[in-house]
Amino acid sequence: MSHVEKRAITLTVNGKNHELLVEPRKLLADALREDCRLTGTHVGCEHGVCGACTVLVDGKPVRSCLTYAIQMEGHEVSTIESVAIEGILSPLQQALHEAHGLQCGFCTPGIVMTFEAFLKINPAPSEEEIRDVLSGNLCRCTGYQNIVKAIQQAAAQIRRNADHVAA
Amino acid sequence: MKPAAFDYLRPSSLEEALQQLAAGGDHAKVIAGGQSLGPMLNMRLAMPSALIDLNDLTELAYIREGGAFLSIGALTRHEQIAGSALVQARCPLLGQAAKTIGHYAIRQRGTIGGSLAHADPAAQFPLIAMTLGAEIEIACHGGSRRVPASAFFQSAMTTALAPDEIIRCVHFPTISVHEGTSFQLFNRRHGDYAIVAVAVTVALEGERVVRVRLGLSGVSAIPQSCDDMVRPLLGQVANAAWAAEVARAVRAAVAPEDDAGITAVYRKELTEKLVQQALERALSRAKG
Ligand SMILES: Cc1cc2nc3c(=O)[nH]c(=O)nc-3n(C[C@H](O)[C@H](O)[C@H](O)COP(=O)(O)OP(=O)(O)OC[C@H]3O[C@@H](n4cnc5c(N)ncnc54)[C@H](O)[C@@H]3O)c2cc1C
Ligand code: FES
Ligand code: FES
Repeated sequence: MSHVEKRAITLTVNGKNHELLVEPRKLLADALREDCRLTGTHVGCEHGVCGACTVLVDGKPVRSCLTYAIQMEGHEVSTIESVAIEGILSPLQQALHEAHGLQCGFCTPGIVMTFEAFLKINPAPSEEEIRDVLSGNLCRCTGYQNIVKAIQQAAAQIRRNADHVAA
Repeated sequence: MKPAAFDYLRPSSLEEALQQLAAGGDHAKVIAGGQSLGPMLNMRLAMPSALIDLNDLTELAYIREGGAFLSIGALTRHEQIAGSALVQARCPLLGQAAKTIGHYAIRQRGTIGGSLAHADPAAQFPLIAMTLGAEIEIACHGGSRRVPASAFFQSAMTTALAPDEIIRCVHFPTISVHEGTSFQLFNRRHGDYAIVAVAVTVALEGERVVRVRLGLSGVSAIPQSCDDMVRPLLGQVANAAWAAEVARAVRAAVAPEDDAGITAVYRKELTEKLVQQALERALSRAKG
C-alpha cells in the first residue's frame, strides 16, 4: 500500500492525553519521541532485542519499537519521564545512581521501566530472577554487575519502604 | 528501519476480524503480540496492506480445563501461561517452556496463537504442541476446524493456516500426575532462540518406563516427535543408564544439516546431552 491517510488518535502518556495525527505505521517509540517530545525513551535496534525502548503499557513492560502508536488508544503508556516525582528519584533510580549502574545511560530508561514493573510484582527477587529479567536489556558499558547490585539495593529499599508504611 | 505504510483495523469480535481478513484478501495480516510480526514489518520482510489488530479480542485470552485437555485461547500471553497454576498442575511442560521464551518484556506481549502461526523452527510452543500431540482450533468466516499439530506445521514458518483463517485456541492433552516432564534447551545467550531444545514426558509402572513422549527442535525444519525412536527402549528399568541409551539412540537417528555457524555434528552432540538431561530430570520428577 503506497499511501495511507494519517489518523487522529489520542495517546495517553504519563496520565496526560496527547492528540496526535499519525500514520498507522508510526512506532510508539517514534510517536513518544517525535510527537510527544518525550525523548527519554531510547531507540536502539528497532526489532525487540536491545530493550532500550521499553515503556509500560497498562503497567506492563512492552517494547515501544514493536507496537504502533495507533494500537495504544484506550491504553495507558508510562515512560521514564514519569518515574522521578518532582525531581526525587525513585528507589530504583537512586540505587542505579549510587551503585554506578550506568555509564553512558543509553540503556538505562529501558532497564528502569522494566524493573519498576518487575519489582512491583516481585519485590524480593533472587539474583537469578534479576538476571533472567535483565537479559532483555542490552548494556554495552557497565558489564551488568553494578546493575544487578543496584536492583538488589532498590528491592531492599522498596521492601523497607513497604514495612515502614505497614508499621 | 521503519515499516512500509499499512492500513489499520481494530475489530471488536472474532467474527468481525474474520470478515475483515476475508475482505482484505492475501494482503491483510492479523497482528497479535507483534513480537515476531513487528520485527518483520520494521525490516520490511512483511509488507501487508492492512493490519487487523486482535488485541481487543480479550475473549480469546483464557486457560481452561475440559475433559482430558487444557484449552488455551490464541490471545493468551506467554507470561500468563508461564505463571498459571492450572498450567503448572495439568500441563507443566507447557509452563516450563513458556518461562524460557525470549525475555520478560517479550513474554508480556507475545501470544501462543502468534507463536504457533509464526512457526519458527526453534520456537517453544510449536515444540510442545508436537510433543504432546496438541490440536489447533482454527476459525474461518462461517466455520471452524481442528488440526493436529503434526498436520499444522508443514515447514519452517509454514503452517496449514489459510490466509483467511485465525487460530482460536489450542487444546493440549493434560499430563497425568504420575508422569514426569522436563523441558531443556541450549542457547548461546539467555533468552535467545534455542539452538536445540527437548521436551519429554515419562510415565513409570513400578521401576519400568511404560510411556515416553519426546520432542526435539533444532534438528529439522519443524519440531520432530521422536516417540518412534524411543519405543524399542520402553519396558526397561528407569535409571541413568537407560536415559543415556535413549539419548544415544536419538542422536543416531536425527539428521540435522550444517548451517552458518552451527555444524550438524554440534547439533547432534547437543541433542544427546539435552535428551539425557531431560530424561533424568523427568524420571526424578516421575519418581518424586
Ligand atoms: C527479542 C525477541 C526474542 C524472542 N525469543 C523467542 C524465543 O526464544 N522463543 C520463541 O518461541 N519466540 C521468541 N520470540 C518470538 C515471540 O515468542 C513472539 O511472541 C511469537 O513468535 C509470536 O507471537 P505474537 O503474538 O507476538 O505474534 P505476532 O508477531 O503478532 O504475529 C506473528 C504471526 O502470526 C500471525 N498470527 C498472530 N496471531 C494469530 C492468530 N490468532 N491466528 C492466525 N495467525 C496469527 C500473524 O499474522 C503473524 O504472521 C522472540 C521475540 C523477540 C522480539
Ligand atoms: S529499540 Fe526496541 S528493543 Fe531495541
Ligand atoms: S550504560 Fe551505556 S549502554 Fe548501558
